[in-house]
Amino acid sequence: MAVTALKDYQFSPADTQDKFHGGQLLYVGWDDHLMFCAPFAYCLPPTTPFSELCNKILANSFGYHPDWSKVDFSTATWLKSGQPWQPDMSKTIGELGLKHKDVLRLKTPGLTGINGSRS
Amino acid sequence: MDMQTNKKKLGLKEKYAHMTRGLDWETSYQSMDKVFPQATFEGIKIHDWDKWEDPFRLTMDSYWKYQAEKERKLYAVLDAFAQNNGHLGITDARYINAIKLFLTGISPLEYVAHRGFAAAGRNFPGVGPRVACLMQSLDEVRHAQTQIHALSNYNKHYDGFHDFKHMLERVWYLSVPKSFFDDAFSSGPFEWMIAIGFSFEYVLTNLLFVPFMSGAAYNGDMATVTFGFSAQSDEARHMTLGLECIKFMLEQDPDNLPIVQKWIDKWAWRGIRVLTLVGMMMDYMLPKRVMSWKEAWEIYFEQNGGALFGDLARYGVKVPECITQCTIDKEHISHQAWATFYQYGGAAAFHTWMPTDDEMDWLSAKYPTSFDKYYRARFTYWRDEAAKGNRFYTNTLPMLCQVCQIPMLFTEPDDPGQICYRESDYEGEKYHTCSDGCKKIFDDEPQKYIQAWLPVHQIYQGNCFPEGTDPTVEGFNPLAKVLEWYHLEHGKDNLDFEGSRDQKNFDTWRGLATKNT
Amino acid sequence: MSTVFIAFQTNDDTRPIIESILADNPHAVLDEQPAMVKINAEGHLVINRESIEERIGRHFDLQELQINLITISGHLDEDDDQFSLTWKN
Repeated sequence: MAVTALKDYQFSPADTQDKFHGGQLLYVGWDDHLMFCAPFAYCLPPTTPFSELCNKILANSFGYHPDWSKVDFSTATWLKSGQPWQPDMSKTIGELGLKHKDVLRLKTPGLTGINGSRS
Repeated sequence: MDMQTNKKKLGLKEKYAHMTRGLDWETSYQSMDKVFPQATFEGIKIHDWDKWEDPFRLTMDSYWKYQAEKERKLYAVLDAFAQNNGHLGITDARYINAIKLFLTGISPLEYVAHRGFAAAGRNFPGVGPRVACLMQSLDEVRHAQTQIHALSNYNKHYDGFHDFKHMLERVWYLSVPKSFFDDAFSSGPFEWMIAIGFSFEYVLTNLLFVPFMSGAAYNGDMATVTFGFSAQSDEARHMTLGLECIKFMLEQDPDNLPIVQKWIDKWAWRGIRVLTLVGMMMDYMLPKRVMSWKEAWEIYFEQNGGALFGDLARYGVKVPECITQCTIDKEHISHQAWATFYQYGGAAAFHTWMPTDDEMDWLSAKYPTSFDKYYRARFTYWRDEAAKGNRFYTNTLPMLCQVCQIPMLFTEPDDPGQICYRESDYEGEKYHTCSDGCKKIFDDEPQKYIQAWLPVHQIYQGNCFPEGTDPTVEGFNPLAKVLEWYHLEHGKDNLDFEGSRDQKNFDTWRGLATKNT
Repeated sequence: MSTVFIAFQTNDDTRPIIESILADNPHAVLDEQPAMVKINAEGHLVINRESIEERIGRHFDLQELQINLITISGHLDEDDDQFSLTWKN
């Protein structure tokens, strides 16, 4: 619905991709690991290899968790906007078609957090 | 000796009628529509402004008299507090962090409320509501001033109190309350009254002031209790104004109902999301607890709000649709919020800590179905790691909700172990929200929320560094520069309570106060 | 029937006010909390000027209640002699 306003109400969005100096926003959450209170937000160049995202960038964010060292990316599954999604590790996030502000959920079956509490 | 004549004073009703009516005039060289441009665009139809009545029947002369009396009482306490080192009488120095959050997150909003009610008073064509809005506007500026004044006593001794005004427009978690008020202030005067006058003042401020201030008393903080209760004495009038306003709108025209209902649904949810911070203060930041967030919620929202909406049912008003979600959330949000601040404690202007075993037992007794199952293992793990020198601080920025601006920390209504993700597409751009409530608000007015100043995105755009910062230099540390831009001093204002300067100073000073050596 | 309530700061000014409320509203229930006193009552609650005056021995203006008031719930009606709170459902 349109905003009820005194005058014409048109404004441009605050977070379009052109404002991120060549980067794009990507959000990544790790299911069943609520020790990380919310999904993380990254600003990455589209040329970032997906393998680098997993092995370096996510490892840096999630590495504190004792489960992280047990994550096996060959069996892990992903959701993109809640739908199953299959990445090719050798491709970049741009080549994989990930768009600005896309959200991924990493699922690592068998890993259920501290004492199985999904934390 | 002169005879004393017993001159009959005006009764309350007569005095109110004389002093709140007939003070206005019909304009001549400008049309009334031009003088009151905001009176009609929201679609609310008013036929007779004189039907408005303040049940307190307060007039300006009495207002000044009683407000002056409240101020005298308050300042007597503040003087005594300052003269007697009242800050050393609190239960323990962790408590001080709750009032840091109060000063940075709540007091500036009192000031915004002052501006908002001044604007509403200006924009309503009726004299009755104009007088009531004038009083409320004055109340709100009084609250801002007395809170800042009372808490300045703490600023002399402790970290984190030094620059609340600067922080409000910058610090990530303060964007939550700030954007809430900005959202209300940028609507029309009637929506403002439902947003702040009704939903916030009537339905929600009891939760902020009553149990929390009683908690301040329990924790020995005389200054905060006194400004809190002094402010709350005005809130009783604000609540009455909020309730009066909604009744007035509903009685004036049946077409007003759907508009009012939509605003109630929206603003109840927006307000409840903001109160997540208060839930956390009550359950985690008061060393001596009065009641849990859940108990306060049940008394002041479920029972009191239930009575209110039961009463408003005669106008066709329904209970806000978020009630089902809230009933689930009351078991979780305080724990989820504290977990968030604990891990982002490197970027907060107050200290955080993990509860002791006793405190965890209290939490599990108060939250028998949620605390042990979902939170205890996590908190115990963090505490044990901290003891080993491996205190957990998240090193990556969180994803935020486009509407409430809180990190996406809330869980699915049917699964407290799963983060709730919602998204909308609008004009080729994706927008993420934390809940069905926030998604619905976004989808209803996307044009408003696409402009949101989301702190995380602003940092990534490079807008949150001090002037002259070059983010391309070798070894650039963005977090350090963001903290500098916040005016937050790393190692003093942030990090764990354990080992903080506040902790050391409080212990030293209390020692000096109770011993002769 | 819904509950109305009123809460005051605990102090010397409010003691006779609370006494008179409890005397005039036998169905009211006292709830004492740190630094505050809350009075809950089913349906309605009245505060009478005369009852307070009997206890304090001077003229009392019901608007003085505002000085020590913390919160209320219910529809308010106030005139020179009575301050009342009611839920109609």
